[in-house]
Amino acid sequence: MNALQSDLFSALPELWVLSMAMVILLLDLFLKPQQRILIYLASQLTLLGAGVLTIVTHVPTVGYAFNAMFVDDTLSDVIKVMMYIGTSLILVYSRQYLQLRGMFRGEFYALVLFSLAGMMVMASGQHFLTLYIGLELLSLSLYALVALDRDNVRATEAAMKYFVLGALASGMLLYGMSMLYGATGSLHISEVSSRLMNGGDHHAVMVLGLVFVVAGMAFKLGAVPFQMWIPDVYEGAPTVVTLLIGSVTKLAAFAFVIRLLIQGLAVLAVDWQNMLVIMAVLSIAIGNITAIVQTNLKRMLAYSTISHIGFLLFGFMSVSGNGLASAFFYIASYTIMSLAAFGVILLLSRQGFEADTLDDLKGLNQRSPWYAFLMMITMFSMAGIPPTLGFYAKFTVLQAALQAGYLWVVVFAVLMAAIGAYYYLRIVKLMYFDEPQDHSPIVAPFGMKAALSVNALSLLVLGLLPQILMSICAYAIVQSL
Amino acid sequence: MFESHILSFAIWVPILAGILVLFTGGDQHAGKARWLALIGSIVAFAVTVPLYTGFDFADGGFQFQEGFQWIPAFNINYHLGVDGIAVPLILLTSFTTIIVVIAGWEVIEKRVAQYNAAFLIMSGLMIGVFSALDAILYYVFWEAMLIPMFLVIGIWGGPNRVYATIKFFLYTLLGSLLMLVAFIYLYHQTNSFEIVDYYRMPIALDVQILIFLAFFMAFAVKIPMWPVHTWLPDAHVEAPTGGSVVLAAIALKLGGYSFLRFAMPIAPDAAHYLTGFMVTLSLIAIVYIALVALVQQDMKKLIAYSSISHMGFVTLGFFLFNPLGMEGAVVQMISHGFISTAMFLCVGVLYDRMHSRQIADYGGVANTMPTFAAFAVLFGMANAGLPGTSGFVGEFMVILASLQVNFWYAFLAATTLIFGAAYTLWMVKRVFFGEIANAHVAELKDLNRREFLILGVLTVLVIGFGVYPQPITEMTHASVSQLLSHLAQSKLPAL
Repeated sequence: MNALQSDLFSALPELWVLSMAMVILLLDLFLKPQQRILIYLASQLTLLGAGVLTIVTHVPTVGYAFNAMFVDDTLSDVIKVMMYIGTSLILVYSRQYLQLRGMFRGEFYALVLFSLAGMMVMASGQHFLTLYIGLELLSLSLYALVALDRDNVRATEAAMKYFVLGALASGMLLYGMSMLYGATGSLHISEVSSRLMNGGDHHAVMVLGLVFVVAGMAFKLGAVPFQMWIPDVYEGAPTVVTLLIGSVTKLAAFAFVIRLLIQGLAVLAVDWQNMLVIMAVLSIAIGNITAIVQTNLKRMLAYSTISHIGFLLFGFMSVSGNGLASAFFYIASYTIMSLAAFGVILLLSRQGFEADTLDDLKGLNQRSPWYAFLMMITMFSMAGIPPTLGFYAKFTVLQAALQAGYLWVVVFAVLMAAIGAYYYLRIVKLMYFDEPQDHSPIVAPFGMKAALSVNALSLLVLGLLPQILMSICAYAIVQSL
Repeated sequence: MFESHILSFAIWVPILAGILVLFTGGDQHAGKARWLALIGSIVAFAVTVPLYTGFDFADGGFQFQEGFQWIPAFNINYHLGVDGIAVPLILLTSFTTIIVVIAGWEVIEKRVAQYNAAFLIMSGLMIGVFSALDAILYYVFWEAMLIPMFLVIGIWGGPNRVYATIKFFLYTLLGSLLMLVAFIYLYHQTNSFEIVDYYRMPIALDVQILIFLAFFMAFAVKIPMWPVHTWLPDAHVEAPTGGSVVLAAIALKLGGYSFLRFAMPIAPDAAHYLTGFMVTLSLIAIVYIALVALVQQDMKKLIAYSSISHMGFVTLGFFLFNPLGMEGAVVQMISHGFISTAMFLCVGVLYDRMHSRQIADYGGVANTMPTFAAFAVLFGMANAGLPGTSGFVGEFMVILASLQVNFWYAFLAATTLIFGAAYTLWMVKRVFFGEIANAHVAELKDLNRREFLILGVLTVLVIGFGVYPQPITEMTHASVSQLLSHLAQSKLPAL
């Protein structure tokens, strides 16, 4: 195999997704509106193909491509497979919603696939520029997706806000990267790491660069104090796009943090850990407390995301296999929960009705005991109550933080988690204790109902057998770092 | 297969039965759901009986052990086992579930399947708490139990149910999370979640105190001890009769049991160090809460405060560190399980007919419901600690034990025999005796056969254990002495 072949071999899934995205864009031109279902099927096929390619080309060793700017290791493969599953679920959940709102067009699918390609590049980036390109591909697709419902004032406002703040964050990230480049003379993650290891003379410059990098990253993650965009974008964007932003992109952000902070800047851990502790504590506090007063379900889930990101950061407080595996497990669990929660919102929405306020959930148990049960599992999982997956997610990150010696931070976090439990309980209260306000039947395609059921029930099944997901996450971390 | 997995059966039979009941569907199939729940609860009780018949009374350690690796990444095992303290509580749990299912037979009319399923699942989870020997397994059962209870109070409860049930959930959750932190800390020291490993591990005193306080937060809320008891009256008043019964009869015992299983043996030096604190809180609960009970207008609230006062005896018995006190405390837990069940059922009987729990709405009930009045007076006497009922045995043992330690402990504890009699009998007098208060009381019908059956069974138990408490004391004796000898040894690391 010559160099080009091996490069292409490593990046095969990315190339496949990118080409399919363009094919779909072209295909859309030649299809009549009633044939658009083909686009949906082609997108699902793309994801299936990408999954097959990722698994077939998987090797347990770490492979580099394109002058080591791109890495193909177990971690990236596992994350990518999770992304495919998540994206596939998003497409299943979103079909009826898009059809009812006249947004069932090729652009949506092409943009989702472009953003997926961006996320995949982020998962595999081994060079500052690769990471940045992946991030921008993701972000630009998301800006467009948020504004997809172009006549909706809220959505365009959200897109504008997202774009302006996102561009600022990207700028900060780039600025920080340029400083690190100045201090180490390289943009390659592994070279930056090894030069740092040999002692840098430019500690001040590196730390300054680090601050900007962490700030840019925190923005993308949505950690306090860089969380301002999250509630507005979650609320303003069409729910299908919120679903994408709130679930799969967090996996990409996790990979981004691993590549940059752990693989690249682990030597500076002392410096960035303090920043992460502060951000984690603030995120958990502000996310949980602010969520209590929300009346909009999407906005409430936005603040809940912020607090979950705080818990995620706990996993990074110890640069150990244990800590990182916990963080990975946490974000994977969070993705499943988030998909289920937004899935229920999409299930309840119908023509001209968004089902995005808390009151829309009232009396769901009487309208449909099954979906009320699924939403209840999801809410208890988000609150971290056993026997759901969310409990083990919180448990693993808390033990990682405790192992790193942050006893009082952990105590503070669990107190906040108890406060946070209130707003999840309130949703269960609305569904189970209140009388329904609207009695319209819940209409959804069979595929969506089945997928949502499997999605939410997996929180319970994985809660009884958490070892399955835990060992996958731990294996990926051990194999790759 | 059955012999070696009795505990797993005891946990999973009711849970699976509960899930089956859920699948009977809507209220058009309510009859099916009731019968299925009844059969499920009887089978679930039957599988716990071998725990008594097959128990080795001479062995103070853990019996019926079983287990497998559950989450190897954190060395978490599905490890079950029971000692003489847990078995009576497990039997109490599975027995109470039958009572609850029968008690809700015609009373619960909406969402019958969900109601019965919640109690069956809860029963399995509580048995899990009593039999888990792995800290995380224990924690999972302990927390999971909140979910069905939250729904029971919230769906079938009274007018202020939402406030009560959220308060109940958050209070308990807050305490439990601190316990989780303590477990994780212990895990990092021993690399194990086995409770038995924690028993052996030496810990410095200041750390022991922190661990003990973390456990205290979790268990004191559950028992509940003064001053974190305020959720209980709210929850009791709003809960449906079945919910009150399970809360009082079993859920409170989870806290008491856990003190013996975790807080005291893991941090024995801290337990000794904080004895004064614990005894003070217990005595405040016994005396002050009894006085609070005296002025209640609402029958359920009165019984709720009486429960807190009686649980004060349990914690007092634990922290006297002598066999008589500890065995007395265990007897008190079991006996309170029967008596509080009976008291709440009696209030339920009245509430179903009159839809009021206010004492002032009643008067002269004995004239229209003579059979019921006889039962109620008997249970009232038992609640007040009349000799010959099970209520007397535990209290008397604890008072005797405290006399060995300090006269004033015994003196204060013994006041309950006066206050307890005062609040209970005064309530009984106002509700049952005197002239018929109003037209509604005049129309009351006496007990039906279902109500007669459950109150009758409870009468047999209350008097039976009052006259002959040996089955409980024999069973707990070996385990209590083993626990006390463990508590007598310091766990401070050698300097």
